[in-house]
Amino acid sequence: MDTVSDKVSVGVVTPLRAHFDQPLTLRSGAVLDAYDLVYETYGTLNAARSNAVLVCHALSGSHHVAGRYASEPETVGWWDNIVGPGKPLDTERFFIVGVNNLGGCHGSTGPSSPNAATGKPWGADFPVVTVIDWVHAQARLADRLGIDRWAAVIGGSLGGMQALRWTITYPQRIRNAIVIAAAPKLSAQNIAFNDVARQAILTDPDFHGGHYYEHGVVPTRGLRLARMLGHITYLSDDVMASKFGRMLREGNLKFGFDVEFEIESYLRHQGDKFAGYFDANTYLLMTKALDYFDPAREKDGNLSATMGLAEARFLIISFTTDWRFAPERSREIVSALLDNHLDVSYAEIDCPHGHDSFLMEDPHYHGIIRGYMENIKP
Amino acid sequence: MNLRLLERADFKVIAGWIRPGARILDLGCGDGTLLRYLAEQRNTSGYGVEIEDERMLACIRAGVNVIQGNLDRGLSDFADGSFDYVILSQTLQAVKSSERVVREMLRVGREGIVTFPNFGYWRNRVQVLRGRMPVSHDLPYEWFNTPNIHLCTTTDFEAFCADHDVRILERIVMTGDNVVSFLPNLLGNLAVYRFARAR
Repeated sequence: MDTVSDKVSVGVVTPLRAHFDQPLTLRSGAVLDAYDLVYETYGTLNAARSNAVLVCHALSGSHHVAGRYASEPETVGWWDNIVGPGKPLDTERFFIVGVNNLGGCHGSTGPSSPNAATGKPWGADFPVVTVIDWVHAQARLADRLGIDRWAAVIGGSLGGMQALRWTITYPQRIRNAIVIAAAPKLSAQNIAFNDVARQAILTDPDFHGGHYYEHGVVPTRGLRLARMLGHITYLSDDVMASKFGRMLREGNLKFGFDVEFEIESYLRHQGDKFAGYFDANTYLLMTKALDYFDPAREKDGNLSATMGLAEARFLIISFTTDWRFAPERSREIVSALLDNHLDVSYAEIDCPHGHDSFLMEDPHYHGIIRGYMENIKP
Repeated sequence: MNLRLLERADFKVIAGWIRPGARILDLGCGDGTLLRYLAEQRNTSGYGVEIEDERMLACIRAGVNVIQGNLDRGLSDFADGSFDYVILSQTLQAVKSSERVVREMLRVGREGIVTFPNFGYWRNRVQVLRGRMPVSHDLPYEWFNTPNIHLCTTTDFEAFCADHDVRILERIVMTGDNVVSFLPNLLGNLAVYRFARAR
């Protein structure tokens, strides 16, 4: 089996690190004097440097998109099912780049990195970063790699928002944008869920105003709750019903508050797993970046006028069972692109997994991306 | 070009009507053959709308812009007057509200083009006279599995246009590759119309 899966995998990969000394002024006005970006690449950049594809990660993702590490063979990249030789994002044709965004907790400069001014971890002092800040940082990484123009920028959810932002902020540096399970801005309901998640972290006694690193503790209870809540919004009612229904772990009612239903067990497990490796400050920052995302704000809320800045070709994908960023939200983007006579295709995929569908290996979904990518000249 | 085109005589008629460089919306665009043909023959641009997964995937593979959507839910993603032509080829008879679709076509486009199998074609009439619903090359379905829920004759369609402030600009009725000008509602099996708002 291993040899078979290796054939369609990029295999063993090694993360790379780029240091940037040129200060980056963030949307908030704060300035990051210097920072590191950790990234991975798969495939080979061609001589014309025209086959580069940027994969943007969502809330909990990282630069580790595909392949595995020699030291930890079980940690397969988060989108390994789509990136690799012969896969929809074909590493035999394209040079794929994954980067951990600023504020992250997988190696790029973020709240758990040391603050040069104090020598201690940034913690709560790390500036609030937004999608446009990430895109500017990614552009500098592109400069460093000698990539003037991406063949494509692709991402799901918050990653899709980065792809969309690329087309507006750097229209000449992106040929294609693949925006999956995203929205042009969050709804009040979306922000409400994010705020409950943040409140869970902020009110954890171990949070210490964001400076928990110095106290040698981690606000795992808050982070765990935040992840449990998030997970509910990633799944569809249908998939929860079919996967867990009202199944009991031990077959009979206990009349207590311990784990009884399978769904409780699943959510707690997901929460525990996540709280074991993810940084609470990063979680706060990522949810804020989502809340602040609203590129049309610069054009008085007119999304058509905003997308008028774009020049890329677009593939927009939504999932019928996604209620976090429902198909209607993707169609708002489509409509704004149509208003500008831009090249766009839109697929509404019938997949049961809710918002999480964008990570799943659905044959039709992957067929759409494969078909689209095959028409991009490397 | 795709050889299957030879089977779609209506495509040639449509291409003959369309101004070079026009912006096209093709409703029920199938695998995108017509849009590709028009782009090649008339240097057009635009989009297809298709509901069916396999067909929309075929469009993506062919590099044709396609928006997955249901014509019966209207064309709300498309702005008023944003296309030169809105085409509905061999689909009018398969939508739930043909009336609404024609109205939407003339909202988003300056002109509409429809093609449909003429139910008044004599072979269809013969089958009905024999007491059976017609099954033929153009209408290959049985009554119980047909997607064609609003079949009409050319006379029906023209009466519909008159009642709905739709001005017919051009009409070609065909059988196979041949244009039928004598008794078209009896001798033609495929109708192609170009129309606009009457006022």
